[in-house]
Amino acid sequence: MASRKHLAAVKGAKVLMVGAGGIGCELLKTLALSGFQDIHIIDMDTIEVSNLNRQFLFRQSHVGQSKAKVAREAVLKFRPEISITSYHANVKDSDFNVDFFKQFNVVLNGLDNLDARRHVNRLCLGADVPLIESGTTGFLGQVTVHVKGRTECYECQPKPAPKTYPVCTITSTPSKFVHCIVWAKELLFAKLFGDKNQANDLNVRSSDGASSSKQAEDVFEHRDDEDIEQYGRRIYDHVFGYNIEQALSNEETWKNRNRPKPMYIRDVMLNELGQQNGSVEKNGAANEVYSVSAMASLGMKNPQDIWSLMENSRVFLEALKLFFMKRQKEIGNLTFDKDDQLAVEFVTAAANIRAASFGIPLHSLFEAKGIAGNIVHAVATTNAIIAGLIVIEAIKVLQNDTKNYRMTYCLEHPARKMLLMPVDPFEPNKSCYVCSETPLSLEINTHRTKLRDVVEKIVRATLGMGLPLIMHGSALLYEVGDDLDEDMVANYAANLDKVLSELPTPVTSGTMLTIEDFLQELSCKINIKHREEFDEEKEPDGMVLSGWTQAPAVAQDDKKSTANAGSSSSASSSMEPEKTDDIETTPGKKRKLSEVSESANPELSSVAGSSTRNPEKLELVDDDDDLVIFDNWDSVTDKKIKCNVSSSS
Amino acid sequence: MGRLCLGMDGEELTEQETALYDRQIRVWGAGAQRRLSKAHVLVCGITGTIAEFCKNIVLAGVGSLTLVDDRVVTEDALSANFLIPSDENVYAGKTLTELCRDSLKDFNPMVRVSVEKGRPLMPLFPDIIEIKNILHLDLTGDLSSFGSEFYGKFDVVVVSCCSFTTKKKNEETIECELHYPSFEESISVPWKSFPRRFSKQYFAMRVIERFEEAEQRKPGELSIADLPAVLKLKKELCEAQSLNESHIPNALLERLVTDTREFPPVCPIIGGILGQEVIKTISEKGDPVKNFFFFDAMDGKGIIEDVSGNP
Ligand SMILES: [Zn+2]
Repeated sequence: MASRKHLAAVKGAKVLMVGAGGIGCELLKTLALSGFQDIHIIDMDTIEVSNLNRQFLFRQSHVGQSKAKVAREAVLKFRPEISITSYHANVKDSDFNVDFFKQFNVVLNGLDNLDARRHVNRLCLGADVPLIESGTTGFLGQVTVHVKGRTECYECQPKPAPKTYPVCTITSTPSKFVHCIVWAKELLFAKLFGDKNQANDLNVRSSDGASSSKQAEDVFEHRDDEDIEQYGRRIYDHVFGYNIEQALSNEETWKNRNRPKPMYIRDVMLNELGQQNGSVEKNGAANEVYSVSAMASLGMKNPQDIWSLMENSRVFLEALKLFFMKRQKEIGNLTFDKDDQLAVEFVTAAANIRAASFGIPLHSLFEAKGIAGNIVHAVATTNAIIAGLIVIEAIKVLQNDTKNYRMTYCLEHPARKMLLMPVDPFEPNKSCYVCSETPLSLEINTHRTKLRDVVEKIVRATLGMGLPLIMHGSALLYEVGDDLDEDMVANYAANLDKVLSELPTPVTSGTMLTIEDFLQELSCKINIKHREEFDEEKEPDGMVLSGWTQAPAVAQDDKKSTANAGSSSSASSSMEPEKTDDIETTPGKKRKLSEVSESANPELSSVAGSSTRNPEKLELVDDDDDLVIFDNWDSVTDKKIKCNVSSSS
Repeated sequence: MGRLCLGMDGEELTEQETALYDRQIRVWGAGAQRRLSKAHVLVCGITGTIAEFCKNIVLAGVGSLTLVDDRVVTEDALSANFLIPSDENVYAGKTLTELCRDSLKDFNPMVRVSVEKGRPLMPLFPDIIEIKNILHLDLTGDLSSFGSEFYGKFDVVVVSCCSFTTKKKNEETIECELHYPSFEESISVPWKSFPRRFSKQYFAMRVIERFEEAEQRKPGELSIADLPAVLKLKKELCEAQSLNESHIPNALLERLVTDTREFPPVCPIIGGILGQEVIKTISEKGDPVKNFFFFDAMDGKGIIEDVSGNP
């Protein structure tokens, strides 16, 4: 198979790799070994310690440097004769426009977020360049081929929306640890250390409502003359004691729930009050901001330990104190970052104290960090396998061997005896707004909703457009760009704050809007339908976009994460094997996989960035020409597939 | 010879290890990571696939890795092996294993990588590669000179190439709780006992092995000129084993005798599966696949077959 006919196709090819991370390192190495001679690679990231266990082109000494550049240099060491061009940049930069993409024969994605994947999909469609898309999590992975007009595009099947939690679950009635993490990270951390002007629901559910909210705001202010330890204890008592008492006073809430226990610092740390909680000096002369650690100053070492309530309380107070003493300048501008040790310590401790209050099991810092940081489970082997499969597909694409294109799934446990399962690619979805012309439909209250909401929630967040332009007939309602004159900018800014029906060219029921993205060269139409009322819990945005089948939401650790398609599941992949029997097929017999599997597993499809499929027919490639039809794709990838075909039920 | 690995005398992972292995501990847990860091792996025979395998287990953080293969660098060896620097000034006069050791050491300073002198071994087939029994020794005469004491030091031994011309078997086998059959036991299972849809690659590989054995060839030392003789042997074997000849397509045998070099994109796939299975074995997290894995780049399937005689 490693023959001359490949080599010609491979040697003349110019390929673009997007991403130099886990898959990217493996892919660049495999491309070079396979004879590719002109490789371009884009990655905006720099190298971190936690990359080194799988991104094998990087060393400890490279930490902080550009992934794309270091990867290039590492591969040139064993293949100096080939050309590798690196870009330490965001693929969404306007430099990487459709014309830039047109110079390549094939584009290979090794990305970790949905946003960039969608962007690259559109540029590939615009430039008419085949795209090979990939993703991994733990032992699961997949490779798909997207060729305009021939196979489905990356967005033909909507991606599962990230899981969001109702506000009141987070603020008042947490029942899982993840709820406590979201509270600690999105509300408490943001309140204490983040932008004070951001809306924050931390106190929203107190029973006496708005009248006390002004007072409540002031509680979080650190007064200039206030002792920092005193301040920490005051915050502690307020959020874990007073606020819980407030919540308890609302009897209705607790009719069918366990009542939480208010926590006060004097009860939790009976013997410790007045004692030094640790010594800031122990951190010594560490100037490195991220090296400031409450665990270190308290002499705690193992991030796998589950701390007691008292230990959590000590970490909470210590971390809060360290922020004010060592990182004062950042207060007011901080956002949670999984690589910020002190932030992780604070969030872990706060989430655990809240969990203790609500009778929820406590977790270690290691686990809490994974949940709060939406950390992708990753191992080197899966990335290597996926990279090999990408190159095999790339060679087919370069040879225009269309009938042999495959999507391949890497499974954790064999299904139908297969660990690597190839499947015929799907046809393009005729109602896909990205690769077809089919209009979308938007239900919205045109008398109350402002254009700004449509731009932020629909055009940017849902449709993923970065440089949008909105037209009503030939009238421009909104536009983004560097070359606009001041009048236009002012005009568009004014439009953003108008409700749809009061725009210069009013948008009402039946209006057809045209939305375009200049950079992505994508244009789509939206049919507006006025609707008066929306369900606050189910339709919190006050608008419903349809016309392209919505995928169900999948459990996600982070209520606000929309970016990381690679990290959507809270359940870690269990390595405990399920008993899997071989399916014996008889010639000519068609078998539905739904007969032989028990439950759907949204994990792989969502995690690896693929779609959750509606029941539809899927043909498995099979050399004996037996046709195997799966009613539901998810079941194929289910690690719990249990097959019991030849014997009884 | 010391077997100490850095930072591993205690039961707990060090801070350094927790930071480095963070993402994989989230997959297999801290206990498995500890077991990995105490394991000793021996690899006999360096190919592109084995280079991938070595990279994977060094990154995963095994305690030590020992390499055996005294061949010097040839163009063939360079073609699919990213562990060898292309600079002739660097590789001149060094063995494959010495060069691979130097690169692997860089990947993870916490793993001890070393070289033992040993006779050269031959490369496997390119497209279709079997993971031979990774838990049991299956040694050729070339290696048996090491003696059982040597092998007893390792938790896992991977033999990437077996010379079937030398039949002096080392009797030493590593205890394995799963009691998977040895490679020898596996390949002696009668063909007619396999299910109807059994992997064609399995039979084709056996034909090729028998051919090499009969002709006193080294593995992979084949060309298209051998095809008629290989086809004749296939016919005889099928008759002897009462297997319909259609189970071993001639086209497949033709590919096996013509493409004897490794196809680079296949190396990370086989090396990845092999790495994963060895990690499962060492970490005691999940049962390794039982017991043959086949991958064919032509159809893209990665298939597990149970060749134990009692499926
Ligand atoms: Zn599409």
